[in-house]
Order: sequence, then structure tokens, then C-alpha cells
Amino acid sequence: MLQEHAKIVQFISLANEVNGRKKMQKMVYILKKMNFPFAEKYELHMYGPYSEELTLRVEELCEMGFLAERFEDKGSYKQYCYQVTDEGSKFLTTAEAPKEQLPKCIERLNEKSSRFLELVSTLLFFDQLDKEDQIAKVRIVKNKLNFTDQEMDQAFAFIEEMQVSSVS
Amino acid sequence: MAYQNEKLPEEKVFKDPVHSYIHVRDRVIWDLVNTREFQRLRRIRQLGTTYLVFHGAEHSRFQHSLGVYEIVRRILDDGFRGRKEWNEEQRLVALCAALLHDLGHGPFSHAFEKVFNLDHEQFTQQILLEQTEVHEVLRRVSPDFPQKVADVIDKTYTDKLVVSLISSQIDADRMDYLQRDAYYTGVSYGHFDMERILRVMRPTEDQVVIKHSGMHAVEDYIMSRYQMYWQVYFHPVSRSAEVILIKILHRAKFLFETGYAFKQEPMHFISFFAQEFKLKEYIALDEGVLLTYFQLWMEEDDTILADLCDRFVNRRLFQYAEFDPAVQYMKFGELITLFKEAGLDPEYYLVTDSSSDLPYDFYRPGEENERVPIYLQLENGDLRELSRLSDVVEAISGKRRTDHKIYYPEDLLVDGNPLHEKILELLRG
Repeated sequence: MLQEHAKIVQFISLANEVNGRKKMQKMVYILKKMNFPFAEKYELHMYGPYSEELTLRVEELCEMGFLAERFEDKGSYKQYCYQVTDEGSKFLTTAEAPKEQLPKCIERLNEKSSRFLELVSTLLFFDQLDKEDQIAKVRIVKNKLNFTDQEMDQAFAFIEEMQVSSVS
Repeated sequence: MAYQNEKLPEEKVFKDPVHSYIHVRDRVIWDLVNTREFQRLRRIRQLGTTYLVFHGAEHSRFQHSLGVYEIVRRILDDGFRGRKEWNEEQRLVALCAALLHDLGHGPFSHAFEKVFNLDHEQFTQQILLEQTEVHEVLRRVSPDFPQKVADVIDKTYTDKLVVSLISSQIDADRMDYLQRDAYYTGVSYGHFDMERILRVMRPTEDQVVIKHSGMHAVEDYIMSRYQMYWQVYFHPVSRSAEVILIKILHRAKFLFETGYAFKQEPMHFISFFAQEFKLKEYIALDEGVLLTYFQLWMEEDDTILADLCDRFVNRRLFQYAEFDPAVQYMKFGELITLFKEAGLDPEYYLVTDSSSDLPYDFYRPGEENERVPIYLQLENGDLRELSRLSDVVEAISGKRRTDHKIYYPEDLLVDGNPLHEKILELLRG
């Protein structure tokens, strides 16, 4: 009944800690695109794919005491960081076992910056298009971020890596 | 005369209870209205299950789509025309996007999408870009015109001003649905001075902004939206109907997957159950089709499917209780056990549902917000974010309100049976 909640707790537990709401949004979206079974619905927003449902679910999990939210003021920017609480760890025992590839994928995603994940997730949002059109779309919706060609190449390479890691 | 510039010999008008009249002069718009994909929207209610609470809420997405078109037409023809920031060449793409923005909605959209893991926006894109009557009309304008309209709706169009007319925190979509839903539900919330807002809208390079003197009209609009969400859109009884609707579709899917022999073969659903449907099959669905199946499934041997359909068709909805996950989640396990003991499958008869709304939010540099704010234009041309100048809006900015409910069939539990009494005590406690 709270299986979808459990998946999010499991995700944060496997990540150990997720720094930033934006980062969490993009990580879950990318995992979803790699066919990991997250149910949250996404739309294209200011920073790329965004799920109001995920925001609500995380808020509920904090209220339930399963996640701890910490606010960090980094000077030039501010962010919210998430960890699983002891209660959350107990709750996790009700969750189904994750696909064996999930921990590795989460680890790789968590190593990346929000900016990079924003690029990757936005490219994936347009993955029904061919590569050139994907890039063109990203350049339109993210025109102020000025992604370089090198970043684009890295993002496509990372997508390929994730596609392989998520099944092998 | 080129098709995109062609005007009807006589203006067509649709009588409309919200805007009084909806005016059509452009041949392209008239042809789009008469396509089968647009006419299908007559058979999809704007507010899904809300008609089971507010009996007037039978209005369709067809009406709403025309309404959004009319608002954009007025913004462009009465407000923006002649202003240097507005490119008149964008007029037709903006009008078409306004008219077609909801084209991909399915029957009881929210529930249907949830069960079959679909996205109506993707269907809108497909209807615009694949072999449909709508596509044919748009292609007559120019080969790349269907893609342009799709890009506006997809929010990836190069001219952000056009996108913001249809998709922003103060857009034609919201302005129509708030007023239309208020009118048809009969509630006194949802009303605001749209005439004033239209008069103070100004085009800029990136988005529509509001002249500073129109701030109070915008405050009223935001408060209307806030009230409509909690009084109408998140009404606990229409959420109960939606919960049952979702469970019907889940049950039918489960039965199909487990080889159950339906008395009434679910022909229209089979490709969705198998996740192998085509656009044509999606377009063939409407609320009439779903309700017909629900009527027929009331006679099925599967007692859960028959009961859930009867509940929906005859409005025997689930009762609800407040549910605070922070302190009550533990009792869930207990309730699941008790429901099983009582012979009620908790998968279908014990359901939690949460609603949440953020009435207005703004972007703070360095923070993680995802919304484009509303800007007020000062006399000297400078822009200021709305909540910096409005105390009313500032008070609700960034404040999310959430409501959790637990739904259950009270009618099956009020028979004095001690086990049922125990369940009710837990649910109500």
C-alpha cells in the first residue's frame, strides 16, 4: 500500500544521502527512464523534468519521520539534503528487494553534479527524437545554461553507460 | 489567399456561458474545430468525477478548449496587436496551440493515465504530428506548422512569450478553467476580474507580464485558484469516486492478466492491458465507452469488479477518514490484517489518497524552485516579482498545503459484527 513510498526511501538509503531537491528529481527521472519501476509522473519544468508527485511523496516521508531533511546554506546557493532515519530503515523492511543493478546506477548518478543531471534528464525527456533534434531541443529550453558540445558528448556517453548498467 | 491568412466569409460565433461569445474568423481554426479528434473532446468531461459531487459539472474539454482559444485571441487581437514586443506572425500558432492544448486527454484522464502509465501530453503530440485530421489541417498551413504547434504545447517553442500565454502561472488555460469550473459547479469561488487582467497584460521577450496597476486583479486570481483547489478539485467525495474508478481499472487489468473469462469481453481495453495500443485505439476511447463497460461489468461473476462498478455507476462511494501519515502509518498494517480477516481485499477496499497544492511560487536565485514567477511591470519598465510587492501573495508563496485521506466501504462494515466494529474504530480513531 505504501510501496511507492518505500521505493523512494530505498532509493535514498542506497544513495546514503542526496544533496538537493533538484538532484533528487533528476536522479529519480533518469532511473525511471532506465526502466526502474518508479511511479512518479514527470513534466518539463524550468530545470528540466520535474515531478510534483515526487515532491509530495518526499514531503510525506519527512512527515512520517522516514526521511530527515537538512537545509544547507552554501553561500552562493542553498539546498535541502535527505537521509533515511532509523524509523525509515525499519520501514524499508516492508519494501520489495530492488533490482540488483539499482545500487550501482544510483552510485553513478550521485557522483554527478545537478547541472550535469539536468542536462542528462532533459536529453532523456526528448529521447523519442534523434540525437540532433534532442540537442536542438535542449539548446532551446536551456538556452541560458549554455551547455558546451563537450558536455553534450559526456551526457550522451553517460546515458549509454546507464543503459548498459541498468540491464547488466 | 494563403490558407493561413484565409478568413471565413462570415464570422462564426459559439454562445458560451463564461465568455458570452467565442469568435472565429480564421479558416484554420474553424477547420480544426470540425476535426474528429477535436469533436471527441465533447465526450470527455473537464472535471472527471467531480460531477458526482457538483451535479452541474458535466462540462467538457471541448468547451474549455474553445474558451482558452477565445482568451488568447482576445489577448492577441485586443491587447498585443501593434505592440513592438509582439510578432504578429506568431498569432496563428498561438491560437492553434490554445485550441489544441488538451487534445490528448483521455476519458477520466487522471485515473486512466495512472493505471496505464500514460501521459496525455504525449498523446497531444502524437495527434498533432501523426496521421490525423488535425494534422492534415495544420499541414495545410505549412509542412512545419504541426511541429510548431506541438512545440508550443510541449513548452519547447523558441518564442517563450507564446508558450507563456498557454502555460505559466497566469495563463489562458487557468483563466478559463477557473471561471468555467466555478460556473458549472455553481460555487461562488473561482471568480476574478479577467477583463481587468486582459487589459493589463503586456508582452515581453520571454513571457507575459502584468502592468503594476493590475496587481490587485492578479491577487484575486491567485486566491480564486487557491480556493477552487480546496473546495472543488480536491473535494474528498470526488476523490472517493476517482479512487473507485482507479480500482475498477486495476481490477479489470488484473483479471485480464490472470485469464479471467469476462462475460463482456473488454475489447476496447485489451491493447491497454497489454501495453501495445495504437493512437487510433486511444482516440476511440471516451467516457461513454468507459461508463458502458462499467454498466456491463456490474453483471460480472467477479464480485470485486461487479461491486466496484456498481459503486461508481450508482454512486455508492467509499467513506473517508482523515489520515495523518506522520502518526498513523503504523495502524495501516493492522488495518490490512483486519480487512483480510473480514474478507475484504485491502488492495481494493482500503485506499489512501493525498492531495497537495502550491498556490503560487517564485524563483529565488540559488534555490531549487521549478516555477516561472509572475512579474509586475513598473512605470519605468522594470520588472518585479509579484510576491515582492503583494503582501497577500507573499503570505501564501511557496506554502504547500497537503491533505491525506483514507477511503473504505463503510456500508460493508456497519452491521454490528465485532470485527467490523473494531475496523471502524481504528479508521475513525
